[in-house]
Amino acid sequence: MPSADLHAVWLTLKLASCTTLILLLVGTPLAWWLARTHSWWKSPVAAVVALPIVLPPTVIGFYLLLLLGPEGVVGQFTAWAGIGLLPFTFWGLVVASVFYSMPFVVQPIQNAFEAIGARPLEVAATLRASPLDAFFTVALPLARPGFLTAIVLGFAHTVGEFGIVLMIGGNIPGVTRVISVQIYDHVEALEYVQAHWLAGGMLTFSFLVLLALYLLNQAKQRP
Amino acid sequence: MTIEACFRHGYPGFTLDVDLSLPERGVTALFGHSGAGKTTLLRLIAGLEQAANGKLTVNGEVWQNNSDVLPPHRRSLGYVFQEASLFSHLSVRDNLVYGMKRVPVRLRRVALERAIELLGIAGFLQRMPDSLSGGERQRVAIARALVTSPRLLLMDEPLAALDLARKTEILPYLERLFEELEMPVLYVSHSPDEVARLADYLVVMDAGRAVATGALSETLARLDLPIRLGEDVGVVLQGSVAEKDQQWHLARIRCSDGDFWVRDAGHPIGHGVRVRILARDISIALHRTDDSSIVNILPVEVVEVADDTHPAQVLVKLRLATSCLLARVTRRSAASLNLIPGRRVFAQIKAVALIA
Repeated sequence: MPSADLHAVWLTLKLASCTTLILLLVGTPLAWWLARTHSWWKSPVAAVVALPIVLPPTVIGFYLLLLLGPEGVVGQFTAWAGIGLLPFTFWGLVVASVFYSMPFVVQPIQNAFEAIGARPLEVAATLRASPLDAFFTVALPLARPGFLTAIVLGFAHTVGEFGIVLMIGGNIPGVTRVISVQIYDHVEALEYVQAHWLAGGMLTFSFLVLLALYLLNQAKQRP
Repeated sequence: MTIEACFRHGYPGFTLDVDLSLPERGVTALFGHSGAGKTTLLRLIAGLEQAANGKLTVNGEVWQNNSDVLPPHRRSLGYVFQEASLFSHLSVRDNLVYGMKRVPVRLRRVALERAIELLGIAGFLQRMPDSLSGGERQRVAIARALVTSPRLLLMDEPLAALDLARKTEILPYLERLFEELEMPVLYVSHSPDEVARLADYLVVMDAGRAVATGALSETLARLDLPIRLGEDVGVVLQGSVAEKDQQWHLARIRCSDGDFWVRDAGHPIGHGVRVRILARDISIALHRTDDSSIVNILPVEVVEVADDTHPAQVLVKLRLATSCLLARVTRRSAASLNLIPGRRVFAQIKAVALIA
């Protein structure tokens, strides 16, 4: 495999790992809040989280570009803070991916928390566990299948991005050129053999990931 | 009186309004129909629910003073839910020690081995909760609450979700537990049988209010009890096995006010027992007769006659020396026997159930 392709594979894996990790840290409290709150804000927040499922990536990419760009609020902040501008950098891609893959991580975790219900946490409270203690020793272990689904879907969905990558990251070798963009370049250049290697690899990877997920879920449902 | 609970809070459909002083020892039953507010009261005492207007003191420790609320995990309580609610990701042993290891060592008074032995769960410590029967799960849940050495044990209909066989399996464990552990218990139930077997003190709840409170036998003998017990009207007396008749397989139970012959249940002489006498099992005669099949006949005095659920019947309160019996007779018999307060008659007791 040519080194440009290897670079793209490495970059994609790095992007998906960072995104999934950040999403777990951000998404878990958000999913917890969504699962437990009776606040009026629950529905609006849930709707915002779900937006990437229905919107074309270009729409999200476009607004993120404006927000993160030199005229945007976030862009002015990052420039002021000395971080520089995020568009067309690796971390810009991570930020965009976090938004774009958010529902695929938040929703399975939220569903798992909702399925647990309030009872196990009440039991933990009557057994002297503080809310934080109960969260780590009862809620998290009981929600494990939901976390597994969230990790797999979050990772796989980030690997499969294309539109938002082009909008925010452009096509900079080694910085923002991920597999999906690399495949696009190969096809544009009529390099079908290289395109096959990457596209076939993606296909196999995605299939195996989803297969493993469904097999796990099936095994879980059996008594 | 060391448990003071005073709550007032509106819920959809009813208002909970109670002001209770409960004994520091023994089993207090919160008894009433479903929807009477029993579980809500228990959850308020545990802190699992909040009432803005509430005061709660347990053994001198303030658990709530209106908006000043101690969170549930900082209250020294044990809570047994209707469904066992074991943590499905932990083994039976890990479930047991979950609460215990969060209690400082110096405050642990109930040893793990003791609870395991009391509830007979030594055989499945390594198993996962999913592989246990409903009765076994509930026994584990009770032990799990016990080993936190709570100052107050709250039990919310712990047997209601179980079938009769499982109930019969657990009841002896509960009786032994309550007998041996000096821990006040609040026991929510809508079953007169469970209350008769387990409770020492009774709080009758109806529509969010405590409509009667008092020692079990006194409260059960009240004719103005606003809850209709129907066929379950009757009293409970404490006694002990005084004599055994090997030939006829009978045992004589001595209560403070008289003796009863019952079927010998195998308890040794001197063993403390409870007998339950239902109103429908007592008939009244003006003279002592020896020519009937009835074994237990006691001289009593009529205290009061009150309406029963059906207009054809009345409930007659009969006084022994210190305790009382209730008899259900027809209104016609009450008239023809001239059952008025103060009249001395004989209570013919057809059946005495030995319940513990």
